[in-house]
Amino acid sequence: MTYLAGENMRGGYGGADILKGCTVGVDKGEIAVIVGPNGAGKSTAMKAMLGMLKLKEGRVVMDGKDITMLSPQDRVAEGIAFVPQTNNVFVSMTVQENLEMGAYLRQDDFRETMQQIFDLFPILKKKRSQPAGELSGGQRQQVAVGRALMTQPSVLMLDEPTAGVSPIVMDELFDRILEVRASGVAILMVEQNARQALNIADKGFVLVIGENRHTDTGAVLLADPEVRKSFLGG
Amino acid sequence: MVDLVPEFIDIINALVLLSNFVVVPALSYGSQLALGALGVTLVFGILRFANFAHGDMMAFGTMATILGTWWLQYLGISLGPLPTALLALPFGIAAAAALSIFTDQTVYKYYRAKKSAPVVFVIASVGVMFMLNGVVRFIIGTDDQNFADGERFIIRAQTFRELTGLNEGLAIKLSQGLTIAIAVILVILLFWFLQRTRTGKAMRAFSDNEDLALLSGIDPNRVVLVTWIIAAALATIAGTLYGLDKSFKPFTYFQLLLPIFAAAIVGGIGQPLGAIVGGYVVAFSEVMITYAYKKFLKYLLPESWEPQGLVQLLSTDYKFAISFIILVVVLLVRPTGIFKGRVL
Repeated sequence: MTYLAGENMRGGYGGADILKGCTVGVDKGEIAVIVGPNGAGKSTAMKAMLGMLKLKEGRVVMDGKDITMLSPQDRVAEGIAFVPQTNNVFVSMTVQENLEMGAYLRQDDFRETMQQIFDLFPILKKKRSQPAGELSGGQRQQVAVGRALMTQPSVLMLDEPTAGVSPIVMDELFDRILEVRASGVAILMVEQNARQALNIADKGFVLVIGENRHTDTGAVLLADPEVRKSFLGG
Repeated sequence: MVDLVPEFIDIINALVLLSNFVVVPALSYGSQLALGALGVTLVFGILRFANFAHGDMMAFGTMATILGTWWLQYLGISLGPLPTALLALPFGIAAAAALSIFTDQTVYKYYRAKKSAPVVFVIASVGVMFMLNGVVRFIIGTDDQNFADGERFIIRAQTFRELTGLNEGLAIKLSQGLTIAIAVILVILLFWFLQRTRTGKAMRAFSDNEDLALLSGIDPNRVVLVTWIIAAALATIAGTLYGLDKSFKPFTYFQLLLPIFAAAIVGGIGQPLGAIVGGYVVAFSEVMITYAYKKFLKYLLPESWEPQGLVQLLSTDYKFAISFIILVVVLLVRPTGIFKGRVL
């Protein structure tokens, strides 16, 4: 039984269906990556699991509980954290305020969580009083991930976390994501850099025009000649 | 050979004259505009539209305060030297806040649910403006209402002359002193609220990035509610101080909308600090350009150079033209304003 699963999801933004019955899921302490060509519905699948898209068919189940009818805000309260691809920080607010806003729903003392995030991303501690809008692209991504982790989520969803950052920063970001996985969080991400992402993935979902084409472990998918030829550029 | 250098005492006289007729009135008027502009800028930052009903919200809140003042006066309650209106302010603020929330629930909420374009909100606010306009005139009438009581002056011109032995007097009205003091206190409170409290930070987050604020679990309805209450409180206080300083007339408050908008936009709309700076920029421009400098120059220039005319750049009848010109120039040259606000 998968911890968070979107099962047979079908739906779109009003016009033709973008998702045509695809299934995506992730377990705690695991990284699942959704890859596929442009327009495959990768981000849409993730948005559906977050509740930003109404499903015509299928359901979303978390920890055995059907959450299909919950709004995104309610799902956040249930323990799902989401890092959007763009506009994922409060640019006019300091790094520390960004993290505080991540913990907005928490009534308890969250200083310890903030310390853990500063340990995970030491640069953020140094820049805690600086507006997030003044940081570099890679640092902003760290703020964005840090903000999402402030709720102590059980599921972390990342929409193309490495879009627009340099390869060095990308490697470092993936290292941090591995550390987050080690703490027992379920991580679901959509990635353009399919090869690198599958490298660290426990599970990979290759989507094509809204349907599952291949589903296996990251290593198996990387070794599969058909996947390599069609999606990884040989 | 004429003596070109003015005497020291003449310079002092000239400066006192300028303080009396330009600096003190402009500081007080600027504080009133700043408080008004803060409300406009907050509503713009959170609800993302320029609220044309703000001037009439000021009129409504002030009207409620005046009614409260009259009632307190009838009961024989006063604040001694301070105007009774200060005691009636909480009543005025509550009335204005209730009205703001009522219009939000009945008008703006509908357009928020429909995700209407900002221009639709602006036009809706023009409708609200006309309604409030009518309501205020219906209740209190269209005439001037003078509701100031207590001491008139902190220092009178005559007293100042006697104290200093100067030719010129510096009068500071109690209403002017109160306006500046209250504005300073309110601005400090507002910034403390926005920078330090959980709700204030949530408002800034919501203004910065609405989608991310929703993802962080910030309740949009609460943010909107708090914004209306603060805007209504600021509008009522600004309006009451303006009314104490000059007098209350519904039409004047409707006209105040222009300098208030000019102040908010000059400073950078959506930026609270900009609203304050903008308020003083507009007020000082208005007062300095419409002041007749004849007497001021008489002190500083040799006798033979004494100006013939009033040396007034623009008649006071045209004071609103100044706000309008500032508004147009800023929108053309630097649409984001001094502090890089949003572009309208």
